[in-house]
Amino acid sequence: MTTTTLDERVGRTRLADRLVVRPELGALLGAVVVFAFFSITADQFLTGDGVATWLDDASTLGIMAVAVSLLMIGGEFDLSAGVMTASTALVTAILATQAGWNVWLALLASLVFALGVGAFNGWLVMRTGLPSFIVTLGTFLALQGLNLGVTRLVTGTVQVSGMRAADGYASSGFVFASTVEIGGTKFQISILWWIGFAAVAAWLLLRTRFGNWIFAVGGSAVSSRAVGVPVKRTKILLFMGTALAGWLVGSINILRFASVQANQGIGLELQFIIAAVVGGCLLTGGFGSAIGAAIGALIFGMARQGIVFARWDSDWFMLFLGVMLLAAVLVNNTFRRRAERVRR
Amino acid sequence: MTSNRASRVGLVLAGAALLLAACTGPAAEDPAAGSGQEVPAETGPFRIAVISHGTAGDAFWNVVKNGAEDAGRELDVPVEYNSDGDPGNQAKLIDNAVAQRVGGLVVSMQNPEAVRPSIENAVRAGIPVVTINSGEEQSAAYGALTHIGQSEGVAGEQAGRKFKEAGKTKLLCVIHEAGNIGQNQRCDGAARGFGSAERLQVDISNPTDAQARIRGAVQTDPSIDAVLTLNSQVAANAVNAVEQVQSKAQVATFDLNADVVSAIKTGDVLFAVDQQQYEQGYLPIVFLKLYRDNRNVVGGGRPVLTGPDLVDKSTVDQIGAYVERGTR
Repeated sequence: MTTTTLDERVGRTRLADRLVVRPELGALLGAVVVFAFFSITADQFLTGDGVATWLDDASTLGIMAVAVSLLMIGGEFDLSAGVMTASTALVTAILATQAGWNVWLALLASLVFALGVGAFNGWLVMRTGLPSFIVTLGTFLALQGLNLGVTRLVTGTVQVSGMRAADGYASSGFVFASTVEIGGTKFQISILWWIGFAAVAAWLLLRTRFGNWIFAVGGSAVSSRAVGVPVKRTKILLFMGTALAGWLVGSINILRFASVQANQGIGLELQFIIAAVVGGCLLTGGFGSAIGAAIGALIFGMARQGIVFARWDSDWFMLFLGVMLLAAVLVNNTFRRRAERVRR
Repeated sequence: MTSNRASRVGLVLAGAALLLAACTGPAAEDPAAGSGQEVPAETGPFRIAVISHGTAGDAFWNVVKNGAEDAGRELDVPVEYNSDGDPGNQAKLIDNAVAQRVGGLVVSMQNPEAVRPSIENAVRAGIPVVTINSGEEQSAAYGALTHIGQSEGVAGEQAGRKFKEAGKTKLLCVIHEAGNIGQNQRCDGAARGFGSAERLQVDISNPTDAQARIRGAVQTDPSIDAVLTLNSQVAANAVNAVEQVQSKAQVATFDLNADVVSAIKTGDVLFAVDQQQYEQGYLPIVFLKLYRDNRNVVGGGRPVLTGPDLVDKSTVDQIGAYVERGTR
């Protein structure tokens, strides 16, 4: 140990202060409160099947929320993220059931499609300088129309089904939609994807140069450009990231439910943003956490299924959900203010 | 940053634990295996979960909910109603009910394949399932006791035929929910019964837009003399639209509400196709209770049809009162 006086930026801080600057701490506390609340009020909430249900609900939302949180830290929004989960599933399903492609090949094609749309979103935002809110609203509407139009054109109906009969369904289903049995309870593999996705995103954000770029472009695009951060590339990659997550969730859904409806996914983009915000992301960019967003999705899943487990009248469902989310965000906000004080 | 490293180690460990556990692919499941082994407990509280694909606050599903709750009250069976328009979320609600070990399950199947694993899982767990509203073709194959609903195609066909009998020559079928397969079946049926039908897409959550689009359609094509809407709210929009441009087109609709009742009385709406969805909430509770207490099965594997009942000027007076009560 050195005895020389350290610069205050690298000096040791108290544990409490170190914890309080973590953006995900508020979400973590919120999750504990929601968990404790439903563990007490709902009998089946803690049973194996119960846990599997709310983890399942949180998982696909969580995958999206993590990608959306990175994009939000980078200072942008993606309103097309919800519909993207349906678009990619439709591309996979149409190619596999109508064109007779092997499912793996269809998945690859829809991945290329998704990354293309993501890159287009990013490129257009950077090229025009328009707010990403507007640009992705456009892609959202366009994809929504494309989903319905193409589906009806190709199948004559509004949903594509029959995935179970397609070539390669068994092996791709194993990767994206199998269940893992632990102690007699079946857990969806999507939970594992969610944990993995969150871990990779957290590593990317906190341990790599790219992660620093994300914080930089979200904090101030102008000054980060001045110090040599490739702003354009970073943002385009972030948009491709949400598209990639959309593809992953779309693939999980299509292989699990074996059918997809042309109007699926609409409105989910707001839930992704909510989960990211509950997880500590700022709507203005430059601050947030991937793990926090994953926890935000967990709160959402626990609340959504917990309300059903608690057997409350579903008429009040949205009210409960709204109040709970507001409470979580308020707790979060208090912590963030505290964190900002500690930092100074 | 140590806390971060610790959490990462935790995540890796959790992931490894999951990987080490046995994996089962979805295709590996044998749908026939183990069905009907376990029977529900005859004693203890008997609860029924109703899980529909309607959105919260939908007038049509409100009547279904009323039916289920009325039957529950009369038979002294606790009934819980939940709904989600997204097929994936609906499947999760079914999983939730199975995790709660409910005594019976009532499910509407707008998108049958999506809820199939969840329903089969419920059946395997020994929970009797009754399907309602849509999903007639798949109901028995998934292991449900019976299906209660109306055949959308048949109902649409009757509506088309009724228009034809009224001497109409060109039919416009208004779809208000993009992606709803039942609505497309109705329009297909109407086209069969009438000879042909044009389609128009509107958005039910935006009545102004719905009205404007219907107005535009009858204005640009004056030969349209029949408009079929698939929802009572859209019917009111269509009546307004037709009046605004003084088109000769006559409106008929699926489903009843107070506005439609008065419009039938005044002659603004020719007739309404009522699928009597109150029965779709009420009957499954009765059926499940009978199955539990007496092992009764209704319909012998055939679906039980709740409609369509065509309501026109001659019958509207009686039925109007029930609409106000929330049971028609």
